[in-house]
Amino acid sequence: MTPAPEHWLVVPIVLPLFAAVLLLLLERIRPAWQAPISLVVTLAVAVLAFRLAAIADTDRIGVYLLGNWRAPFGIVLVLDRLAALMLALTGVIAVASLAASWRLAGRGPHFHAFFQMQLAGLNGAFLTGDIFNLFVFFEVLLIASYALLLHQAGGRALRAGMHYVVINLIGASLFLIAASLLYGVTGSLNFADLAGRLPALPEWDAGLARGAALLLLVVFGVKAALLPLGFWLPETYGAAPAPVAALFAIMTKVGIYAIIRVTFTVFGGDDWMTEWGHPALYVLGLLTIVFGAMGALATKRLVPLIAYLVLISSGMLIAAAMLGVAALGGALYYLVHTTLAVAGMFLVVHAIADQRGPRADRFGNGPPLVQPTLLGVLFLIGAVAAAGLPPLSGFIGKVLMLQGSGQAPSVAWFWAAVLGSGLLATFALARAGSSVFWKTHGMATGVPMALGNRAGVALLAVAGTLLFVFAGDAARYSLASAQQLAQPRLYAGAVMSQTPVSPPGRTSP
Amino acid sequence: MTEWLFASAIGVFTACGLWLVLRARTFDVVLGLALFSYAVNLFIFAMGRLTFAAPAIVQPGTQATLANYADPLPQALVLTAIVISFAMTALVLTLALKGRFVNRGDACDGDEEKRFEDVPR
Amino acid sequence: MLLYCLVLLPYAAAVGCALLPDTARNATAWLAGLTALVACALLGVAAPAVFGGEILRASVPWFADVSFGFRMDGLAWAFALVICGIGALVVLYARYYLSAEDPPARFFALLLAFMGAMLGVVLADNLILLVVFWELTSLTSFLLIGFWTHRADARAGARMALTVTGMGGLCLLGGVILLGRIVGSYSLDAVLAAGEVVRADPLYPVVMVLILMGAFTKSAQFPFHFWLPHAMAAPTPVSAYLHSATMVKAGVFLLARLYPTLGGSELWFYLVSGTGLVTMTFGAAVAIFQQDLKGLLAYSTISHLGLITFLFGLDSRLAVVAGLFHILNHAVFKASLFMAAGIIDHETGSRDMRQLNGLWQFMPITGTLAMVAAGAMAGVPLLNGFLSKEMFFSETLDLDAHRWIEMVVPVVATVAAAMAVTYSVRFIHDVFWNGQPVGLDRTPHEPPRWLRVPVEILVVLCLAVGIFPKWTIAPVLAAMVNGTLGMRPEYSLALWHGFNTPFLMSLVALGAGAAFYVGLQRYINLHSVTRLPVSGKHAFDAVMGALETFARKGVAAMPSTSLPRHLAWIVVTAFAAMAWPLWQFGFGDAPSARFSANAPPPMTGGLLWLLAVSAALAATYNYRRRMMALVLLGAAGLAVSLTFVLLSAPDLALTQLLVEVATIALMMIVLHYLPQASPVEPGVRKWRDAALAGAAGVGMTAVAHAVLTRPFASISPFYLAKALPEGGGTNVVNVILVDFRGFDTLGEVTVLGASGLLVFALLAGFEVHRDHREVDMSGDWNPLILRTVTRVVLPLAALVAVFLFLRGHNLPGGGFIAGLVFACAILVLRIGGGGRPILDPARLPYQPWIAGGLLIAALSGAGAMLLGYPFLTSASLHPVLPVVGEVPIASAAFFDLGVFLVVVAATMLSTMSPGLLPEIVDPEPVS
Repeated sequence: MTPAPEHWLVVPIVLPLFAAVLLLLLERIRPAWQAPISLVVTLAVAVLAFRLAAIADTDRIGVYLLGNWRAPFGIVLVLDRLAALMLALTGVIAVASLAASWRLAGRGPHFHAFFQMQLAGLNGAFLTGDIFNLFVFFEVLLIASYALLLHQAGGRALRAGMHYVVINLIGASLFLIAASLLYGVTGSLNFADLAGRLPALPEWDAGLARGAALLLLVVFGVKAALLPLGFWLPETYGAAPAPVAALFAIMTKVGIYAIIRVTFTVFGGDDWMTEWGHPALYVLGLLTIVFGAMGALATKRLVPLIAYLVLISSGMLIAAAMLGVAALGGALYYLVHTTLAVAGMFLVVHAIADQRGPRADRFGNGPPLVQPTLLGVLFLIGAVAAAGLPPLSGFIGKVLMLQGSGQAPSVAWFWAAVLGSGLLATFALARAGSSVFWKTHGMATGVPMALGNRAGVALLAVAGTLLFVFAGDAARYSLASAQQLAQPRLYAGAVMSQTPVSPPGRTSP
Repeated sequence: MTEWLFASAIGVFTACGLWLVLRARTFDVVLGLALFSYAVNLFIFAMGRLTFAAPAIVQPGTQATLANYADPLPQALVLTAIVISFAMTALVLTLALKGRFVNRGDACDGDEEKRFEDVPR
Repeated sequence: MLLYCLVLLPYAAAVGCALLPDTARNATAWLAGLTALVACALLGVAAPAVFGGEILRASVPWFADVSFGFRMDGLAWAFALVICGIGALVVLYARYYLSAEDPPARFFALLLAFMGAMLGVVLADNLILLVVFWELTSLTSFLLIGFWTHRADARAGARMALTVTGMGGLCLLGGVILLGRIVGSYSLDAVLAAGEVVRADPLYPVVMVLILMGAFTKSAQFPFHFWLPHAMAAPTPVSAYLHSATMVKAGVFLLARLYPTLGGSELWFYLVSGTGLVTMTFGAAVAIFQQDLKGLLAYSTISHLGLITFLFGLDSRLAVVAGLFHILNHAVFKASLFMAAGIIDHETGSRDMRQLNGLWQFMPITGTLAMVAAGAMAGVPLLNGFLSKEMFFSETLDLDAHRWIEMVVPVVATVAAAMAVTYSVRFIHDVFWNGQPVGLDRTPHEPPRWLRVPVEILVVLCLAVGIFPKWTIAPVLAAMVNGTLGMRPEYSLALWHGFNTPFLMSLVALGAGAAFYVGLQRYINLHSVTRLPVSGKHAFDAVMGALETFARKGVAAMPSTSLPRHLAWIVVTAFAAMAWPLWQFGFGDAPSARFSANAPPPMTGGLLWLLAVSAALAATYNYRRRMMALVLLGAAGLAVSLTFVLLSAPDLALTQLLVEVATIALMMIVLHYLPQASPVEPGVRKWRDAALAGAAGVGMTAVAHAVLTRPFASISPFYLAKALPEGGGTNVVNVILVDFRGFDTLGEVTVLGASGLLVFALLAGFEVHRDHREVDMSGDWNPLILRTVTRVVLPLAALVAVFLFLRGHNLPGGGFIAGLVFACAILVLRIGGGGRPILDPARLPYQPWIAGGLLIAALSGAGAMLLGYPFLTSASLHPVLPVVGEVPIASAAFFDLGVFLVVVAATMLSTMSPGLLPEIVDPEPVS
C-alpha cells in the first residue's frame, strides 16, 4: 500500500509549461487573451507556491517520483522548506513583474509564452532533486531569459545579451563536465543518492569527487555573480527592460540556491567541504561585496547602481551562508528581502528614467520628474530597503545574519563588509536620489508611471511590509529551513524511502 | 591505450575550443563553442567508460550488467546535451549575425572594433 | 497603550499632513501643533507614575528575541517632554517662518516623522528597536536639511550629515548586537542590569568604542563634529529643533542611557570625558570666529554637547546629574537663540554678522530676548545656564585621576567657559550694536507677533528655571536622575552655594570672556576672519573623493565589458577549482579497471584519433580563414560521430552526425553574412590564451583518463534490466530518454522549441544591408547535380524518418533522430538552392508545430496523472486503462511524436530564418 502521488509538486512546473504552449497556439487567433491567461496562471502558481510552503513548514519533505520510477533511477522532485521558500518568492516576483509588463511598449513576440517558460524553468530548478535535471532546467530558464532580454535589443544591449549568452554557454559546458564527472565517480545523479554515496567513496576518488563539486560551485557562482565570475551582471541588467530586470532579480538567487543545495544537501556530509570549501566561498562572498560596493560608488547611473546592489547582496548571502546554521537562516530571510527590494527598485528606477527624457537614468542636472512625489517616496522606500537600512526588513535580515555569525575572529571581516557596504550603499543612493530628484531644471516632460508598473511596485511593497510585520514568523521559517539543510539525512531519507505507486502500470509489448 | 587516445582527444578538443572561445570575434567564438561542445560530449560519454561492440540494446538472455552492455545513461545525457547545445549555437549565431549589422562589425566587445578593423575582401 | 499612542501618533499625523494640499497652510500647521500638544498631554498623564519612580512598559514580540516594545522611565519621560514641548513651539514658529513657496505638507510631515523617530529612540525598550529609530532620525534629518532642494549647500550638507551619522548608526548597530550577545538579551532592563558582566567581557572595549562611535557622530563630538555646521543649510526651525534641542542630544541620551552598563571604567573615563573636553574647548574657540549667526550657534552647540559628554565621562553620579541638567537647560536656551537668529535672518535677509550691526534700534524686543538667552548660554547668574555650569565647575574640581589631570581640567574648563562668554557677547554686541547695518536690502523691523511668541516662552523658561529651580525643574530632574542611575544621589539646586571655588570660576570666566572679546575686537577685527585653517568638510570631501576614484579605477580594471577577458577569468577559476582538490589528494591509486573488452585493432582507434586531433588543430590554426575552419570543424565532428559508432553508441553517432550537418549548414548560412576572415591579433594575447587553453586541455585529459581507468558502481544496470520488462523497449538509451528520464527530454525539447521561436523572432523583419564590396556567395552554390538530387531527397528523407521513428524504441532511432533526419533533408534542399517557397518560415506555420509538439509531449505525460500515476508515467497496454484502451502502443510513443514535431520545426526555424533574410545591397559601403 503506497500513498497516492502528490501531484501538487509537479504543477508549478507543468502548469506554466502548458500555459506557454496554449499561449503560443492562441497568439495569432486570440492576441487579446495573452496577458489575462498569463496573469491567471502566474497567480495560480504563486498561490500554490504559498500552499506548498505551508506544507513544507510541517517538517514533511514532499517527494514526487516522475515516471513512477523509484529514486535514484528516475527523476524526483523534492519539496523541502528551502525549495518552498524559493517557489513562493518566485511566485511573488513573477506576479509583480507580469503586472509591470502590462501594456509595456515593445514587448517582444511570444513575450507571455517565454515568461511562462521562465517560470517553469525557475520552479523546476528549485524543485528538482537530480543534478542533470537541474542542468536542463537551468537551460530552460536561460533560453527564456534570453528571449525576454534580447527582444528588440540593439547596440549595447544586443552586445550585453551576446556576452550573457556566451558566458552562460560556457557555464553550461562546465556544468555538464562537473555533473557527468560526479556520475563517473559515484555512479549516480540523484542528490539524495549522491549524498549517500559520497562519504562511502574509496579514498582514491576523493580528489575527483571534490573537484567536481567545486566545478559545480563555479558554475553556480557564475549564475550568482560571485567574484570573479559575475562581471557580466551590471551590463546585462542594464540592458534589460524594467519588468525583465525585476524578474531577473530572482535569477542570481537561483545560483545562490544551487550553491546552498550542493554544499549542504549533497556535500553536507563531507568534512573537507566544510573545512575548505566553505571558507573559500566565504572569501569569494566578501570579495563580491567589496566589488559591488565599489561599483555602486563608481557608477553614475541608476540602473547599474541597483545592479551593483544585487552584487553586494549576492556576496553577503553566500558569505553568511557559510557562517553556520543561524547565519544561514538570517541569509535566507535576507534573500527574500533583497529579492523583493531589488525587483521593486528596478521598476522604480526605470519609471524614473522614463520621465527624464534623454537624460534617462544618468545622474545630475536633468528635467524634473512628472511625478516627483510618488517616485520620490517610492525611491526613498526602495533605497532604504535596498541598502538594508532600518526600519525596513533588510535591517532585520542583517541583524539576523550578524547575530547568527559565529564567534570566530574571521567573522569580523563579515561584520565589516556588511556594515561598510551598507554605509557605501547609503551614500551612493543618497547621492543618486539627491541628484536625480533635487538637482533639476527645465520643464517636466515625461510619461507618468504606467498603471501596471505601479501595481507591480505596490505588490512588492506590500510583500516587503508583510515580511517586516511578520518578521517573527518569517525569521522562524528561514531558521527552520537552515536547520533542515544542516541535516541532509532528512532529505536523503525522504527521497530514498519514497516508493512508487504500485502496481506499476507497465507490461512489455 | 584506447583510454589514452580517447582522453587526449578530449584534451585537444578542449584546448582548441577554449582557445577559439577566447578570440575577439563572434564567429571564432562560435567555432570554439562547437569544438568545446565536442569535448564536453566525449567527456560525458567517457564517464560511462569505454565499451566496444556492445550497444545498450538488450538482447534476451544476456545478463544486464555493464560488462555486457555499454552504459546507456551517459549516452542519454549526451543526446540531451547535443540537442541543447545545437539550440544555443543557433541562437548565438543569430546574435552574431544581427550584431554584425546592428553594431557595424562582428567584434565581441565595443572596444575591440577600434583595436582591429574588419579585413576587407 | 499610552506609549504606543505616544510613538505612533506623530506618524499618523505625518501621513495626515502629507495628504493635505499645500494650500492648507494653517490646517497643516494646526494638525502638527495639536499632535505635539496631545503628546505633551499624554506625558502629563504619565507624569505621576513616572515621578513616583515607576517604569511604564508595553511590548509585543517581533522577531527572534527582539520585541516591538517601549519603556518609559524618568529619563525617557524628560526627553520626551523636551521633544514634544519644543516640537510644539517649533511648529508654531515654522508656520510663520516658512515662506509661501515652501510646501508646508512636506515640511510638517517630515517634522512629525522626525518627532516620532526621536520619541522612539528615547522610549524604545530594547536596543535593536532603539537603533531602528536612531537611523530614522538620521533619514528624516537628511530630508529636512535638504528641504530647500534647489540649494547646492543644502544637498551637500544633507548628504554629509547622513553619511557621518549613518556611519555612526551602523557602528552602533554592530556594538548593540555584540552587547546583546554578551548580555544574552537586547531588552534595556537586562542590559542595564548586566553592567558587571559587560565590563568583565573581553569584547567590552570593542562594544564600547562601537557604541561611542554612534553617540559621538550623532552628538557632533570632535572629530565628527563637522557635519553640524553644514547642517545649518536647513530651515531655521529645523536647526532649532533637530540640531540644537533634540537630535544632537540623542548621542548624549545614549551615553546617559547606557551609563550604568558601559560606564565605570578607566577606558570610559578617558575616551568619553577626553573627547568631551576637547570638543568643548575646540567648539567654543571656533564659535568665536564665525561670521554666520547660525554657524556661531552651531559651534556653540558642539561645545555644549562636549561639556555634557565630558560630564558623563567623569564617572561620578553628581556629574551625571549635572549633565542631565545641562541637557535640559541647553535645549531651552539654544532653541530660543536659534529662533532669534531665524527671526533676524527672516527680517533682515542676512545671517552674516559682518552685515548685521546695530539692530537694537530696529528690533529691541527680539534683542532683549536674545540677550537673556545668550546670557543663559554664557552662564550668567539668575539664568538656567548658570546653575548647570556651577555644577559642572564643581565636578571639575573633585576628580580623582592623575594629579596633572586634576590640575589641568579645571583650568581648561574655565577657559572654555570664558570663550563661551566671548562668543555670547559677540552674538549680542556684534549684532545689536557695533555700528550700523551694512548692505542689507531692506530695513529690519520686529517680526510678526506669533513668530516671537515661542522665543518669549523659552526665555521665560530660562528665567524661571534660573531663579526658582526648586519649584520648576527640580521634580523633572529628580525623575530623570532616578531613571538614569536608578537612585537619587544628594545634590542641591540652590542658586547660591556661598562664595566657593565654582562661583569664583564662573566670575573669572565671565570677566575674562568679556575682556577677551573686547581685546579681539580691538586688536584683530573679528570681521576680517574669513575662514578657518581647519575644516572637517575638506577632510570629508577628500576621503569620499579618494574612495570614489579608487572605486572607479578598480571597477574599470574589471572585465565588465570585455567578453574574452571575462571568459578567461571563468576558465581560470574553473581550472583552479578542479586543480585544487586534485593537487591536494591526487588521482589516488585506484585499481586499474578497463571496460574496453574485445577491442578492435588499435589501427581504427588510432586513425580516428589522428583525424579528430588533426582536424581540431587545423581548424584552430586556420581560424582566420573562416570557411576552411568551418570545413575542418565538420571533419572533427565526423570523427566524433565515428568514435561513437566505434564505442557502441549508435544513437549518439546518428544524432551527432545529423546535428553536425545542421550546425555546419547554419554556420555556412550565417558566415555568408559575416566577414570571411578574422583580423590579425597581437601575438602576446594569443600565447596567453594558448597557455590557458593548453592547461585546461591537459587537465581534461588527466581527469578523463583517470575516470576511464577506474571501477565504479553505477545505477545503470537497473535501466538495462528494466528497459524491456517495464519500459517496453530494447533500446535502453531511447527508453531512458522517453521514460526513465523523460522529464529531461521534456525540458530539452522546450529549450529547442524556444530557441527556434526566439531565432525566428529575432530575425523577423530584419533586413540585411550589405556592403557592395562583399560578393554574394549563394550564387555559385547549387550545381545542377545537387539540384536534381534534392528533388528526390525530401520524400526519401520522409520515409527514412518514419522508419527511424517507429523502430526508435527498440533499435537506434527515435523521435530526435527522425526529426533531425527530416530537418536535415530539407536543409540540404535549401543549400541546393531549391525549396525557398515551401520552406519560408513566414509562410509555413512552424510556431503551431512547436506548440503542438510540446503539447503532445506534455499531454502524454499528464495523461498518467488522471489515472493516479505520477507525471510522465509511461503506460503501454494495460487492461485498466480506459483512455488508451486496446491500442497496443506505449504512451511513450506519443511523447516521442511530440519530440519529433518540435525537433523538425525548431531546426527549420533556427536554420531557415537566417537562411532567408531579405537582402538589400547598398551601392555605398556601410558606415
